Amino acid sequence: MNEVVLILGMALVTFAVRYPVLALVGNIPLPERVFQALRYVPPAVLAAIIVPALLMPDGDRLFIAADNARLIAGLAAALVAWRTKNLLITIVVGMGTLLVWNGMLALLA
Amino acid sequence: MASQVGVSVPATRRAEFLAGFKATIPLALGSIPFAIIFGAVAVASGLSPAGAAGMSAFVFAGSAQFIATGLVASATPLPIIILTTFVVNLRHALYAASLAPYMKHLPQRWLAPLGFSLTDQSFVLVIQRYEEPDSSPYKHWYFLGSSVLMYFNWQLWTWFGIVAGQRIPNPAQWGLDFAMSVTFIGMLVPMVKNRPVLVSVVVGGVVALLAHGLPNQLGLLVAALTGVVAGLAAENVLSKREPTPQPRVADPHATVLTFGKSDAATRARPKDVS
Repeated sequence: MNEVVLILGMALVTFAVRYPVLALVGNIPLPERVFQALRYVPPAVLAAIIVPALLMPDGDRLFIAADNARLIAGLAAALVAWRTKNLLITIVVGMGTLLVWNGMLALLA
Repeated sequence: MASQVGVSVPATRRAEFLAGFKATIPLALGSIPFAIIFGAVAVASGLSPAGAAGMSAFVFAGSAQFIATGLVASATPLPIIILTTFVVNLRHALYAASLAPYMKHLPQRWLAPLGFSLTDQSFVLVIQRYEEPDSSPYKHWYFLGSSVLMYFNWQLWTWFGIVAGQRIPNPAQWGLDFAMSVTFIGMLVPMVKNRPVLVSVVVGGVVALLAHGLPNQLGLLVAALTGVVAGLAAENVLSKREPTPQPRVADPHATVLTFGKSDAATRARPKDVS
């Protein structure tokens, strides 16, 4: 693995996503249909990252149970995010729940 | 977290910069565990310390960096890693498209570094600053203040993670990598403001589970695209079934700028179909 090529390649495609649109779109109007579709990209991408992280913590099989600490902590974080809309509190509660739940599971085991 | 943005910000370069910097502090704090675990996991995945630091310095895209190191660990071919980086970062094109109308007067020497430094976190704050009704000509300094904190915070804690990762045998067992998931949950939940977005989220999540077996993170791409199509379809079906009193906003800017608010309560969407 050539690290220099890897990092340059990643840097290039990332910049190519962020910068040209910023530089061009202000002057070139895009069809509204494009904006309409783009609005769904962030929620769809985030959901596609989060849901397997919670329901498939081992990466290969569904694990829907009370001893899936990541699922419990994720649900707690979602509840807090919904009620408070506060990212920092969400992170603290989510990580805290994971810690406490894992601790309880370790005690019960 | 969004309440720091205020119309009371005096319109000077310095005040805008400081306001952007200050408003970003909670978001920067939230990304610290993620930066540490990235540094630690990156060296555990086989990147050199310089490679891990270089990735944070030159790519500066947390989730893409994280996924890329996972792919490095599983010996994924380099072009696939770069393509995955592109896909994972595609959402930034939307952010850029939302900001561009406000920034078209800026010279390239501003647009290039601000474009480079665009993150989920800065976007959420900066778009709100641009939407404030005051006519400050220096709102790009607010963006700069936000970006400077996010960037140097990310570098500092990546280095910390690299050093810590060389001393801690298995950083993932501490559960710190879960910080990414909860951060994303905290960003996703406030986005779900109407039924089409909910459909998009549910379909994207379910398809991600179904397509999880696909190689090279292709499942993520398939799930994201399916989620987008489902959201669009739901929007069209719902708007036909129950025509909203307000017609579609003709100005694309007005439409696109309604997305991504962290503070749903303070903002009314002009065309909610829910």
